[in-house]
Amino acid sequence: MLSHRDFARSFRDAINGGAAPENATARQPGETERRFDVYRNNVAHGLSRALARHYPVIERLLGDECFKGVARLFIDRHPPQTPLLIAWGEEFAAFLAEIETFQSLIYLPDVARIEWARSRAYHSSDAQPVPPQKLQAIAQEAGEDLQLFLHPSVQVLQMLTPAGSIWVSQQPGGPPAPTAAQWAPETVLIARKGLDDVITQAVPAPIGRFISALAYGRTVAEAQASTGEGFELNAAFLLLVKNALIIGADKKGGDTT
Amino acid sequence: MTLPRKPGLGFKPEHFPAIAETKPNLGFFEIHAENYMGAGGMPHAMLQRLREDYAVSIHGVGLSIGGPDPLDRDHLARLKTLCDRYEPESFSEHLAWASHGGVWMHDLLPLPYTQETLAIVCDHIDELQDHLGRRMLLENPATYVLFDNSDIPETEFLTEISRRTGCGLLLDVNNVFVSCVNHRQDPRAYLDAFPLAKINEIHLAGHEEEELPSGPLLIDSHGREVAEPVWALYGEIVSKIGPLPSLIEWDNDVPAFAVLMAEAERARSILEGQSHALAS
Amino acid sequence: MKTETTLGIAAALSCAMGIASAAHADDMKMEKCYGVAMAGQNDCAAGPGTTCAGTATMDYQGNAWKLVPAGTCETIETPHGMGSLMPKEM
Repeated sequence: MLSHRDFARSFRDAINGGAAPENATARQPGETERRFDVYRNNVAHGLSRALARHYPVIERLLGDECFKGVARLFIDRHPPQTPLLIAWGEEFAAFLAEIETFQSLIYLPDVARIEWARSRAYHSSDAQPVPPQKLQAIAQEAGEDLQLFLHPSVQVLQMLTPAGSIWVSQQPGGPPAPTAAQWAPETVLIARKGLDDVITQAVPAPIGRFISALAYGRTVAEAQASTGEGFELNAAFLLLVKNALIIGADKKGGDTT
Repeated sequence: MTLPRKPGLGFKPEHFPAIAETKPNLGFFEIHAENYMGAGGMPHAMLQRLREDYAVSIHGVGLSIGGPDPLDRDHLARLKTLCDRYEPESFSEHLAWASHGGVWMHDLLPLPYTQETLAIVCDHIDELQDHLGRRMLLENPATYVLFDNSDIPETEFLTEISRRTGCGLLLDVNNVFVSCVNHRQDPRAYLDAFPLAKINEIHLAGHEEEELPSGPLLIDSHGREVAEPVWALYGEIVSKIGPLPSLIEWDNDVPAFAVLMAEAERARSILEGQSHALAS
Repeated sequence: MKTETTLGIAAALSCAMGIASAAHADDMKMEKCYGVAMAGQNDCAAGPGTTCAGTATMDYQGNAWKLVPAGTCETIETPHGMGSLMPKEM
């Protein structure tokens, strides 16, 4: 007698390509495998679409059929462990980097990292920006000990490829992708402005380093010192303020606002 | 706190602007719990706003109530957080399973109906109801295969679950039609055996049809209009037990909002036709 | 130098806030941003497709997949030979 546990195991194996469970049947038993295909298909198709929701630009770059194939391999290797599909698929960038036939598409894993960061930003928690007067008052008072707390959606990706420009080029009405002559490393800021505007913007590398340092809890002065050549504080602040990304300010060691 | 005995729609984010602008005459909206388990952003902002104007039904698709594994404690906690935050008029889940051995299969998988699985399902529902501190509704599945060790009819299985756990039932009329056609059974016989008094909500959806050597294989696709035979069965149920909260589900190839409203209006005419009939 | 940095931070911040407030008076309004933007950009708006529906699309066809890219990647240039400079995992 097949226990429910044994049944579930054989069902799972059948979903992954094995024969239908021994107790599965139909009014015409010869049709069982064909009917069981509905489950195999629902799982494969459902997960493939869930992955495509995270990675629409990768799907566009590879084409539908190729994406489906990659998704199948990825699902075999990294199946979801929980029903929380909004949190499933982070390993996709590293997975793409290992696929032999994609070795010439060197930007592909970076584009996937951007898309994963966008999904995270889309679902990250809400936080209101500090009102301007308050921020100004704290800045005056804190002086060089000023510490800024950034929106939880803020992520900085430093990449060796122009993946940010490539991502933008794949959006409807986007500019052309960079040519080989324009090829350069890129730093991309991903964050959510307000409720639904996920920004994906290439920024100068020193600004990226500055924002990363702030996110690690450095003071503005410390972060500024770590940026290297060509850093513009005004431009960095404008970027953060314009996108409502400063959600707290403090004199280091004081009370958080 | 119960859902109004009116038509409702499955909420799709792309319809939010139309809903916010026109405040359509609907009894409730239903959402899939797992789509609202992120920390913040638009999904919650929309649901919050929807909640202000409408009754809400939270419909889980991920708990694997019919599986052999213990319920996922983390997922129970997430469901609790969601229910505490939005205080929905209804919470429902499926007579199905999806997880085994730490892998989640993203489909509503069927189970054999035996004394063993009956005990498992009832334990899981008891645990869920205790955890949420509320009564849940359990939905009948659409199935494509049978199991030769199933020795309890589905209607009897559901009756017994409801009796033991006190849960209500969500009757998906399309699922009844799909399963009965697939297994060459009479949907009216199924409904005659169904514990109609336990029904607290009805689901209506469209299906696709494929052809097997022995006849049609219907697939519960939620991707088109509700089929005529399903409307007919729905009308018969409503005429027997009166108006009930009735949801139109359309999850794939989602059309313009007006198309969904037309389906909801058709459900309304059946519901209201019946309340007039009962009143007169 | 220290004083200069201190003054610089507060001044730069005020300046940024001045410019930013002039530039966007209206985009905190929620209604304006609702809705699904261009396909491919806000696809995640609906959350990955967790539904309780089945599908009639046959994606399951055994294991024979050829991973031949055939999308827009064909139009994207990369500098010749640069692939070998890239780390495998980024």
